[in-house]
Amino acid sequence: MLLGKLLVLLFLLSLLSAALTGSMAAVSAAALSGAADAVTLLISISGALCLWSGIMELMRCSGTADALSRRLQPILRLLLPNASRDRETLSALAANLSANLLGLGNAATPPGLKAARRMATGHNGQADDELCRLVVLNSCSLQLLPTTAAALRAAHGAAAPFDILGAVWIASLASIVAGLGAAKLFSLFGRDR
Amino acid sequence: MTDYLIPLLFATLALLTLRRGTDPYEALLRGASEGLLLLPRLLPCLIALLTASAMLRASGFFDLLSLLLGPLLNTLGISAELLPLMLLQPLSGSGSMALAAELMAEHGADSEIGRMAAVLIGSSETTFYTIAVYFSAAGIQKSRYAVPAALIGDIAGMAAAIMAVKLHF
Repeated sequence: MLLGKLLVLLFLLSLLSAALTGSMAAVSAAALSGAADAVTLLISISGALCLWSGIMELMRCSGTADALSRRLQPILRLLLPNASRDRETLSALAANLSANLLGLGNAATPPGLKAARRMATGHNGQADDELCRLVVLNSCSLQLLPTTAAALRAAHGAAAPFDILGAVWIASLASIVAGLGAAKLFSLFGRDR
Repeated sequence: MTDYLIPLLFATLALLTLRRGTDPYEALLRGASEGLLLLPRLLPCLIALLTASAMLRASGFFDLLSLLLGPLLNTLGISAELLPLMLLQPLSGSGSMALAAELMAEHGADSEIGRMAAVLIGSSETTFYTIAVYFSAAGIQKSRYAVPAALIGDIAGMAAAIMAVKLHF
């Protein structure tokens, strides 16, 4: 329902602001072009999404996924203890985490979704604490090298594109700690336990 | 160095799979068709989210809010020009990229605003997109506290991004 309420909020804010700024025609046009953009976006990411799903299968078949799972098991056990018990979920989570750390956002999504699907089975469409935590982790940035931001800086003539690295790490860490901390508090004291 | 990452990964994985006696071509196809099944589940949520965020951007909402909150942000030492970027970031990755590029073009990549914009986009993901995609793929209707928790994470990250640039440079 929360995403539903968000949708209502976004529609109402658009309507109100458009009435105030006199941009109603532009908003009507944007609605249709936004929907078209969704299809364009899907088509433009679908190649990468399928490719990385294929690479994930290669990781599984080559035994790399197992090796990676073993390496990342301690940290995943700590963060997502129940999900880590299932071998296939654990290997999907390990692939998701490592792709996130390497900054391969496209590569992180297929294993992340696979893990989420496995974690959601048998929960009647309700997200449990661990699934919420997985989503919070993926909505924060775990990227060690902010390549896109650095590329933008380089394109605009920055002297040292990567000199923002320290600040990016501090900001990422703050968002992860705050996000996971908030999730913990909500799960302890939330109304909808 | 990072340019080597993907080609090296592909070559290594294909070689290792072959050495294990499995056909890497077959494996790649199997995985890719699994990915294909995800796509129809993603489209509806992309349409909802991108339509709503395109409407909000076109409505001038961000300009109004910058006018309203500008004085408050200025007293905190934050330029109001960063506000649209901060608000758009959880909704649209390509939109916030474009805004960050505009800020860098206008103020220079090594200016305080330019750096803040870079740190902001470098330290966060498209939160609503991530949540919508994960929950629709997993068939979740009740997201419980995932949205507020993720947003608290975003806000903390943004505050830290601005402070880190202020203190560091």
